[in-house]
Amino acid sequence: MPPKVDKEKCDGCKAEKESLCEQICPGDLMTLSEDKKGYCRMPRDCWDCMSCIKACPKGALETRIPYQLGYHVARLIPMMGTNTITWTCIDINGKKETFRFINRGSADE
Amino acid sequence: MEQKIPKSLEEIPVEVIETDLLIVGGGNAGCFVAVEAKTLDPNLKVTIMEKANISRSGATAAGMDAINTYLRKDKGETPESLVKWSRAQVGGGPIREDLALSNANILNETVDMLEDWGLPFAYDEEGHKKLRGRFDVSIHGEQLKPIMAEKAMAMGAKVYNRVAATNLLMDGDKCVGAMGLGVRDGKLYVFRAKATVVSTGGACGIWKSPVTDYSSAHHQTWMSPFNVGTGYAVGIRAGAEMTSLEQRWVATRTKDFCGPVDTLSVAFGCLITNAKGEKVMQVRYAAEGGDKAPRFYRLTAPMTEWLEGRGPVYVDTTVLTQEESKELRMELLNERPSFVLFLASKGQDITKEPVEIFGSDPYIVGGHTGSGYWVDIKRMTTVPGLFAAGETAGGNPNKFVGGCGAEGRLAARGALEYLKKITMPALDSAQVGKEKERVFAPLVRGPEFDGVTDIEMEERLQRLMDEYAGGIHSFYRLNEERLVVALKNIKVLRDQVKYLYAKNLHNLMNVHEVIDRLDVAEMAVHHLMYRKETRWPGWQTRMDYPEKDPKLDCFVESTRDPKTGEVKMFTRPYEQLIPGDRTKQ
Repeated sequence: MPPKVDKEKCDGCKAEKESLCEQICPGDLMTLSEDKKGYCRMPRDCWDCMSCIKACPKGALETRIPYQLGYHVARLIPMMGTNTITWTCIDINGKKETFRFINRGSADE
Repeated sequence: MEQKIPKSLEEIPVEVIETDLLIVGGGNAGCFVAVEAKTLDPNLKVTIMEKANISRSGATAAGMDAINTYLRKDKGETPESLVKWSRAQVGGGPIREDLALSNANILNETVDMLEDWGLPFAYDEEGHKKLRGRFDVSIHGEQLKPIMAEKAMAMGAKVYNRVAATNLLMDGDKCVGAMGLGVRDGKLYVFRAKATVVSTGGACGIWKSPVTDYSSAHHQTWMSPFNVGTGYAVGIRAGAEMTSLEQRWVATRTKDFCGPVDTLSVAFGCLITNAKGEKVMQVRYAAEGGDKAPRFYRLTAPMTEWLEGRGPVYVDTTVLTQEESKELRMELLNERPSFVLFLASKGQDITKEPVEIFGSDPYIVGGHTGSGYWVDIKRMTTVPGLFAAGETAGGNPNKFVGGCGAEGRLAARGALEYLKKITMPALDSAQVGKEKERVFAPLVRGPEFDGVTDIEMEERLQRLMDEYAGGIHSFYRLNEERLVVALKNIKVLRDQVKYLYAKNLHNLMNVHEVIDRLDVAEMAVHHLMYRKETRWPGWQTRMDYPEKDPKLDCFVESTRDPKTGEVKMFTRPYEQLIPGDRTKQ
């Protein structure tokens, strides 16, 4: 399922030659629309790898599970630190959990 | 963004790049090829042709939660014990024990390199890398791919991102580089290289996926859907010998979302359980090893339960405490984060409700099963100058991250030795011109062309393979007459490639992805037809030949004549180097 784009937050990575989501997408799927906002050119082809979500400097992208497979609306939001990643997960009943761990260097904090 | 669509082939720029070593595919194996080559000879020109962006490309784009092969020597594990285990995992083989051993000999130092580069490993109380299975060690691998990519670049490899390989550059029967489509700039790239290592991913999307409704769920596959078998296709088109394409990799995965199951069943002890509450592996597969049975039995078990009226089938996560459930999901966030989102989208507390499992779509992936190029011990294919490592190199299953890295290093050593003796021929402009026409013709035909789109042909192929060549919707079952139908239609599809058209450069890449898939599909069907026996139920279930045939205890091989298109099938003998019962781990 392609990432949902928050058009308020997305600024199309103005300072970059190419937006970060477009730079990183393993499937060459993310690009900018005419209004210079990120979008997925072929929703069926997204693998949900979340590379673009992690790369987005504005937190404007969010992966959603296709409705055919899972119910509305669960959210999973990564925050990239220097050597850590923190995930916030909210399920369809509103239950919120956070997960934080090292992603570079020694695993023992 | 808007791109200018060329009206004629003359408008298409060609960029020629001279290098010593070309790496096709900057994934797990490819990055290790680059690092090893630059370590051995810092002055060597090393170039990586990468279809996506090397920082997040290929199968490990989302991360990894374990290194599945590492030798805990304090536990008595040796290269030989790993090869025995690998052999048993594919039902006693045949496997290339020479290749597997050479990988295993440098496995630990290869995995340790990842740690040096900054990949976090978990440790147990005694200060050893923390095991979660016999050979699996735990990592925090969310950054695995960026870490490998950064190292390859820091060592001085030159990376060309967004160039999708289309064909090898040949000098007679010798490989002298490769060509590719510049997906962003619309150029034809010609890399002239003394030696070439093909280290792309394997092939996903040959068969239809279980959730392939026309929807945003089309690519809910386990293997990266952007790995389309190009690494095999370029070799098939050049007449390279392929091995074991019939040993497909099909895995038990979480149902509706192709999430990892081994993390749950192996690492957390959540056993496969049917709708009647029976522990399936213990009740019906005790002789094959129970819960430790080879992976193809762990695939065939839930599917058979389903067929015989005992589905749905689960991994019993209700044995977990809340704390373990959180730890488990943390591991999953390292490898397949959207699976955690999937569980949340069902509002599922896995300690109360078990996780349902099902089969995946089949893949051709030589890092997992034995499919790929036939290579010699230096990882050179039957095409001189062309080496293979990782998913592309055949005969040597269960490589995974560590083994693909090790094999990348061995291929680099082989390639460096080879390229010392090579003087480059002049550029063959006729060959380049022909490739330019083949690659760009669908774009020049333009969006108004009365033809066939890549999606139409891809879905036609995927349904054909699913129904006639043992996909998930036919429960992986095969018989001769259906395979004949598959082959007949693949022939028509290959002939209809001339009707494909592309709207833009991204779409042109998709067109070549379907062309590559057709070449891999054709050869895979030939392999499935040749093996008139059932050696690996689930991976290769022949309804018309349900038993093992001792005469086929050998490798099945193929070549396709680049001039005539004629496919030749033959066998190569299995050589047992490590003594003992081949089915025992």
